[in-house]
Amino acid sequence: MPVCAVRDLVKTYPALRGRRGAAQAPAVRASDGITLDVRRGEIFGLLGPNGAGKSTLVRQLTGLLRPDSGSISVLGHDLVRHPERAARLLGYLGQESTALDELTVALAVETTGRLRGLGTREARAERDAVIDELGLADLAGRALKKLSGGQRRLACFATALIGERPLLVLDEPTTGMDPVARRAVWAAVDRRRAERGATVLLVTHNVLEAESVLDRVAVIDRGRVIACDTPGGLKEMVGEEVRLELVWRDRPPLDVPEVAALGAAARTSGRRWTLRLPADEARSAVAAVTAGPAFAALDDFTLATPSLEDVYLALGGRAEGLVKA
Amino acid sequence: MSVVPAQAVAGAGPRPDDGRAAPLAPRARLLPALAAVYRAQLSRARVARIPLLFVATFQSVGIMVLLRGVVSGGDPARSVVSGSAVLVVAFVALNLLAQYFGQLRAGGGLDHYATLPVPPAAVVLGAAGAYASFTVPGTVVTAVVGCLLFQLPMAHLWVLAAVVPLSGAALSGLGAALGLLAPRQELATLCGQLGMSAALLLGVLPAGRMPEAIGWARDLLPSTYGVEALAHSFAPRPDWFAVCADLGVCAAVGVLSLAVATWAYRRAAAR
Repeated sequence: MPVCAVRDLVKTYPALRGRRGAAQAPAVRASDGITLDVRRGEIFGLLGPNGAGKSTLVRQLTGLLRPDSGSISVLGHDLVRHPERAARLLGYLGQESTALDELTVALAVETTGRLRGLGTREARAERDAVIDELGLADLAGRALKKLSGGQRRLACFATALIGERPLLVLDEPTTGMDPVARRAVWAAVDRRRAERGATVLLVTHNVLEAESVLDRVAVIDRGRVIACDTPGGLKEMVGEEVRLELVWRDRPPLDVPEVAALGAAARTSGRRWTLRLPADEARSAVAAVTAGPAFAALDDFTLATPSLEDVYLALGGRAEGLVKA
Repeated sequence: MSVVPAQAVAGAGPRPDDGRAAPLAPRARLLPALAAVYRAQLSRARVARIPLLFVATFQSVGIMVLLRGVVSGGDPARSVVSGSAVLVVAFVALNLLAQYFGQLRAGGGLDHYATLPVPPAAVVLGAAGAYASFTVPGTVVTAVVGCLLFQLPMAHLWVLAAVVPLSGAALSGLGAALGLLAPRQELATLCGQLGMSAALLLGVLPAGRMPEAIGWARDLLPSTYGVEALAHSFAPRPDWFAVCADLGVCAAVGVLSLAVATWAYRRAAAR
């Protein structure tokens, strides 16, 4: 039985009306028939750019938002009919920290533990353990709003861990974190999975992170799951192709016919061209731009195997909004 | 909010709620959760609200000093002092709490509580209680300064021990409900400010000289009954029945407004 089963989930935000009845924003179908299964012990990712509908999906899974239609089952409980059960099944890390901002890290974690049903003594013991585990001991007495963005995010992550739950739902947990904090997050997630069989559902728009930590990933675009597989499996879908990036010194030498031909197929961003080509075509393209007048105009080039971003683009996703850091 | 028909839910996919459903973690119980929220709110109030408490106290003391020139003693002096003391409660419990809940709702902060298994009443009562307790020092200072300024007897100032929690409950319930029901954050702030201004004008100014319509508005405002109860206690021979009756109204309004605030919280948390 999957830990989390979503079937045909639909959620439409109604159109916003401006003054005097004029339409200001049209209705948005933020979940457009989403179906997916998350298996036990898995780190499952939702990847997509901002506005793709990831957070809307997650808010429905956590009982914060009621779907228009479709079903959500978490650990065998129907969350459409009983959204209040979500709080007793899963730990959630949202994007906002407003409720905790003026508390110290220690008090924020302890209070959250108490509100997750722990007794005073348990809450204190777990608070100390989680704070040590994440390396937050030096910051424990500081108010969250006095911390840097990444530190605050880590403190919020600590509040999601206290009061153990079999499913963790994390909405962009590592935003703004330095590499040390990121490692602490993934180590904590791995430990919970290895020792207690926890399942993690994770929202990200960071491609590199998705490739390195996720077991499976659902690629979301405009409220739909456009692909769902392991990162490796997804990359095999575009395995024949490689990515060629060309950076021109000033302007591309369009008078060279090979360059002009490449230009027609390239995605341009300033002086940078990005091309996805079959391997043999990429080789001849490299040969063309590293010789003669084209090479004089070339600042830099890279040839790379496909990333999840390429998968995303090949599947018809919009280009903007994915992060590669 | 749409209600999904049962057939749509019971359709395709794994059948929910079959015998294999995982056990649910326990809920947080009301009193421990209330205590945890209270403690957290009191700590954030200590950090962020001390300057505002000074403002509230200075405002009330300033009003009394101003009115010292106009009002010499007797009934008007009693209502000026008790009105100014209860104004501190209105400033913090009504105005600041309405702002806080408005901001929490607008900024998505309610999600944090809504994804924890905590009874809504614990969140509302914990926050309201913390804001009300936070008004205690300012109210006491204002009342003592007022008694000295207008030479009123301090023998029965202990009545504050009932006036602050009961009018605090009534006003913070009102503040929380306003903050949670206002469709926009700015409206929540505006309502809180207006409520406090009403408490100032209708509570501090002696009631006898007001036009009839304003007298009715005064009767509708919950802080009025706290003001009256305190004013009665300054009399040479206090009418304890009237004090109890006024405090009873405060308590009833408190229960009602906190119930409305709890309902408003549920509504705001489950969008």
